[in-house]
Amino acid sequence: MRNIWTIARREYNHYFTSPIAYVVAFVILLTLGFIFGLVVWSSYQSALTGGGFGGPSTAPGVDWLGSTFNFLLMLTIPALTMRLVADENRTGTMELLLTAPLRDWELIVGKWLGAFLFILTILAITLVYPIILNSLEKPGLDQGLMVSVYLSVILLSAAYLALGVGISSLFTNQIAALFSTLGLFIFLWWLIGFPANYFQSASDLFTYLNTTSHLSTLYSGKISLSDVIYFLSLTALGLFTGTAAIDARRWS
Amino acid sequence: MIRVEGLTKDYGSRRALSDLSFETGQGEVVGFLGPNGAGKTTTMRILTGYMPPTEGSATVAGYDVVTESLEVRKRVGYLPETVPLYTDMTALDYLKFMADLRQIPDSEERAFETLEMVGLDSRANSFIGSLSKGMRQRVGLAQALIHEPEVLILDEPTIGLDPGQVVEVRNIIREIGKQRTVLLSTHILSEAQQICDRVLIINKGKIVAEDTPENLQARLVGSERVSLRVRGDSDGLSKLLMKIKGVQSAHNAPDGSVEFQFAPGQDVRPLVAKTIVNSGYELLEMRPVGLSLEEIFLELTREDAHRGKK
Repeated sequence: MRNIWTIARREYNHYFTSPIAYVVAFVILLTLGFIFGLVVWSSYQSALTGGGFGGPSTAPGVDWLGSTFNFLLMLTIPALTMRLVADENRTGTMELLLTAPLRDWELIVGKWLGAFLFILTILAITLVYPIILNSLEKPGLDQGLMVSVYLSVILLSAAYLALGVGISSLFTNQIAALFSTLGLFIFLWWLIGFPANYFQSASDLFTYLNTTSHLSTLYSGKISLSDVIYFLSLTALGLFTGTAAIDARRWS
Repeated sequence: MIRVEGLTKDYGSRRALSDLSFETGQGEVVGFLGPNGAGKTTTMRILTGYMPPTEGSATVAGYDVVTESLEVRKRVGYLPETVPLYTDMTALDYLKFMADLRQIPDSEERAFETLEMVGLDSRANSFIGSLSKGMRQRVGLAQALIHEPEVLILDEPTIGLDPGQVVEVRNIIREIGKQRTVLLSTHILSEAQQICDRVLIINKGKIVAEDTPENLQARLVGSERVSLRVRGDSDGLSKLLMKIKGVQSAHNAPDGSVEFQFAPGQDVRPLVAKTIVNSGYELLEMRPVGLSLEEIFLELTREDAHRGKK
């Protein structure tokens, strides 16, 4: 466990010296801030006109936060994970880590955890938006919805970061890792849902594999075991791929 | 401390090591000599747990490198040939990271101590990327020493250093070698002579010779060689030398000097000097010519071929 933490801490600190990480944090926070502004403005407008369609139905939710955040994560996580293992392969520092008293899976989990903590840091900053919204509204925000929306970001970043780390372990070149990861995300996010319309018999399977179908359940405030298992399976798959890739490199 | 038995490693169809066996004792500094591609780095990578052998076994400090890899890695300090450094970290942060991976308590204190040991404490907070090659090499060495390992494995520790730094690094290794087992690879014979108790010469994945540096040289050098230089024309000098009793052979070297050989123990140098001066030549220089590693290799491979014929 201490080894995982040692690796994770180095990666986490590394993000704060890396321009890419600042750009990612900036893009996410700026976009969310912009949408937050629109949400506040529109609810202020409807309040002025006397509560919109009669009653508290104008209360803004927080699902916009989850859907925007997750979409941006899908696009930016490849840039955060591309160098994690590929760069160690390129510079030869892998030889250092593989001859240190450290298990292969501890290395991979440590790398993943460092990136995960970085995303959680950004997520923690975004808490200001629901806190402000909560104080603006009379009945306050739907607490259950808020939990499921934040859970959607946590689960998605865990799964996609693990896949990114796994792919990064297969490469020596960061750019190759970047585009492979992005390609996989586009596939999971969007393409895999298509066949569901054409193959009725396997429709459930394609829908289950599609990331967005699980996210939309979470945005509606429902937390189901099947959705959680989906994201945790992808996390395990990514971390396993990374560990296997390191092992394969040793034997080559 | 290190015991290697029948070690074989194939990279695809290319055999990098074939049936390598050797042993080293505690507190011994063993030099691993060989040309590029001889299998030195491969052997070291197997011993440090970086990769498993195709066949054969190896133990370090009593632990098997394949089945007890983590135990081996805890006890070995390793400096790979391309020094693995994070150039965007400071020297101190880097060593602290390595100390943490080694689970050393008070890692920062230990990191600083190790930097002092390699004489870099004044650059502790410099980024590794801004350090000179010699300094980086020493940071790499510090990383290998940080956990006071029982066995130290160094792949070409003095390559690319300037002469002053070479002396420093050799002194550090000799100091460490007093208590710990050191296995180092080099292709400089004089380096092996200065710091190693024993030398293993490896070629094409096999050990071709194993002895103390002195014995190795004595065994291989059947005769002593001397180079001499005179003012002006040296034509006819080799013929003159051949007439002297005890001189085995003499010939003109391309650079204008003349080389001659004599059997060890029968030093003919005073006689040669007297003869040359008496013959009217002006003697400028007379110096012994050492046997270079290249020549030792030629010698050894010739021995191999010879034995093959028998």
